[in-house]
Amino acid sequence: MSPAILLLLAFGLGLVGWLAARSRAWAFRAKTPDARLHSLPSFHAWYVALWIAVPALVFALVWNAVSPALITAHVLADPAAAALPGFGFEREAMLAQARAVAEGKAFGVFMPEAEGLIAPYRVALARYESIGLIVTILVALAGGAFAFLRLKPDFTARTRVERAVMSLLLIASLVAILTTAGIIISLVFETVRFFGMVSPIDFLFGTHWAPDPMSTGAVDGKQFGAIPLFWGTIYIGAIIAMLVAIPLGLMSAIYLTQYASSTVRKVIKPLLEILAGVPTVVYGYFAALTVAPAVRDFAQGIGISSASTESAVAAGLVMGVMIIPFVSSMADDSIAAVPDALRDGSLAMGATRAETIRKVLVPAALPGIVAGIMLAVSRAIGETMIVVMAAGASANLTANPFQSMTTVTFQIVAMLTGEGSFDHPATLSAFALGMVLFLVTLALNFIALRVVKRYREAYE
Amino acid sequence: MNAPLPLTDAPAEAAAQITSLPDDGPAKISARNVSVFYGAKRAIDDVSIDVPNDYVTAFIGPSGCGKSTFLRSLNRMNDTIANARVEGEILIDGQDIYRSGMDVVQLRARVGMVFQKPNPFPKSIYENIAYGPRIHGLTTSKSELDGIVETSLQRAGLWDEVKDRLTDSGTALSGGQQQRLCIARAIAVDPEVILMDEPCSALDPIATARIEELIDELRGRYAIVIVTHSMQQAARVSQRTAFFHMGKIVEYGTTSDIFTNPREERTKDYITGRYG
Repeated sequence: MSPAILLLLAFGLGLVGWLAARSRAWAFRAKTPDARLHSLPSFHAWYVALWIAVPALVFALVWNAVSPALITAHVLADPAAAALPGFGFEREAMLAQARAVAEGKAFGVFMPEAEGLIAPYRVALARYESIGLIVTILVALAGGAFAFLRLKPDFTARTRVERAVMSLLLIASLVAILTTAGIIISLVFETVRFFGMVSPIDFLFGTHWAPDPMSTGAVDGKQFGAIPLFWGTIYIGAIIAMLVAIPLGLMSAIYLTQYASSTVRKVIKPLLEILAGVPTVVYGYFAALTVAPAVRDFAQGIGISSASTESAVAAGLVMGVMIIPFVSSMADDSIAAVPDALRDGSLAMGATRAETIRKVLVPAALPGIVAGIMLAVSRAIGETMIVVMAAGASANLTANPFQSMTTVTFQIVAMLTGEGSFDHPATLSAFALGMVLFLVTLALNFIALRVVKRYREAYE
Repeated sequence: MNAPLPLTDAPAEAAAQITSLPDDGPAKISARNVSVFYGAKRAIDDVSIDVPNDYVTAFIGPSGCGKSTFLRSLNRMNDTIANARVEGEILIDGQDIYRSGMDVVQLRARVGMVFQKPNPFPKSIYENIAYGPRIHGLTTSKSELDGIVETSLQRAGLWDEVKDRLTDSGTALSGGQQQRLCIARAIAVDPEVILMDEPCSALDPIATARIEELIDELRGRYAIVIVTHSMQQAARVSQRTAFFHMGKIVEYGTTSDIFTNPREERTKDYITGRYG
């Protein structure tokens, strides 16, 4: 059963039901001109249409999910299936080939054993497809008939349709949440597999990171010490980048809210926000081609001979510039949200503008500013392109910002795009790293949102 | 207070409006031909008035008559509004506060202000009071600052209620207490003038009565100018009243004259509740 035919079928029957129900509702009205319908005819129409389309589509979805198993069972019951190997990869491949030929997606089979299965497959496919189609139509008709027979002048179709609309909206909002849940679950499975091979203690507290995707035999947990990655991530994303972004973002927010005339503000604010829209790969170029060599030359100029072309400071500086808009727009919003009465109160005491900002506005806006910084940190530590291009790949555990460093995100990319097979611990380590990153950013976002919420309540 | 030059000759003064009352002595604040503009809109139109030192002066008038705007021009709070512009002359103790080189920080230390809605800083009660003395460097030691905090709270009639919880947040007090805290905050820098912009409009009757008592206690120590919507309040707390209408002062006189024997028809209409 192809989805397109199904949808057409559901909508076609739905339309028929819609029209029939509407004319029936009009007929109620025509028969008893004095009696008022509880709901408009169109609500009756939608009520019947929903009862036709929704159960039919739900049944079709379920049928699509269970019918392959039924088909396979049917084929395996055929005498030709006796020639199949008992279990394993070959058996699956033969079934798949036979099925592809039966469905017309392939022209022949490579394995002779599969040849005999084509005919049973054809029979089974045809049978289950027609069963599915007939039952779908029956479900649609049954739903439609049930709904249609309930129509009366005082039938509460409007309330029922409204309720259906509400559930639709609820389902729409659940999609994002369920996707997040799906991501977590898939991460959890792979992470558990990884920790089956490498001890979590080696991973979380080891200081040596050198997984070999091509290694065979026993897994050496000592290769998977992720501390250098965590350190690189924090050093670049939460320390160097923040040293750039916090002062610049805060000062620009103060300038924009307190000093800039409205014309200047109208020009500067959008320009600042453009920074947030620049693709990170473009920042990556800038970091790798312009900033990194300049940083290296500068470092060598002041006598640091260990400075390399790829350095933590180059990546951190550019990342800091990238997240200025995150800090400044949150700080801007929260400073602007401080009631003018407080600012006036301070100015009327004879405080200068700078004193007012420092002693009243910034303290009052501090929760919002802190929340903005936390969001910026979580953005920075999840950032990938800049570090891929400018920070390097070597897992150094060092405080020297002019050396190359690597981060969690970089290693996730490196491990997943590497040569290793999918169930190699080096590849799986990417999921464990992703899990750690996910949990840390989730925690930061959670705290930031809580802080913002408390702060909003304070002024309302 | 040092004796200012008495202002005897007000140029081009319309005969109809009395600018200064004869037995008030030298004016604390004299405004001459003051106009305030918001962009092209003229909110105050050629206002002249002498505010005495020893009395409470009330500005009354219907909403939008410009009384708050005029009040805010007395400590140059209109400077914080981007397109506001002040013309004319406002002298405090004979010195023009709009002259170039006038330091608004010093001006506002001399002319305190209490706002319509209580606006304590989200800091402790102690820090709210200590804010002014700190920024103006009035104290040299902690004990001196403690003393100022205590005196200010006592003068504002709040000390007994808060002396055991000076470290609590100022925003946790009740509305009336918050407003007295704001008055105490203004007093703490020892101003000469206190401007009050409808200080009771956000308060219940009991808190209002408490503030009115306080204003009466503070009279004589500070020159007080209060803007109010309530004519009963003006009658209760003030000794001088100016009636504003459409950006002009219609009538200025002793409070008892304005309320019992107004010279102008519009004043009479307003105080008898015919409009406003």
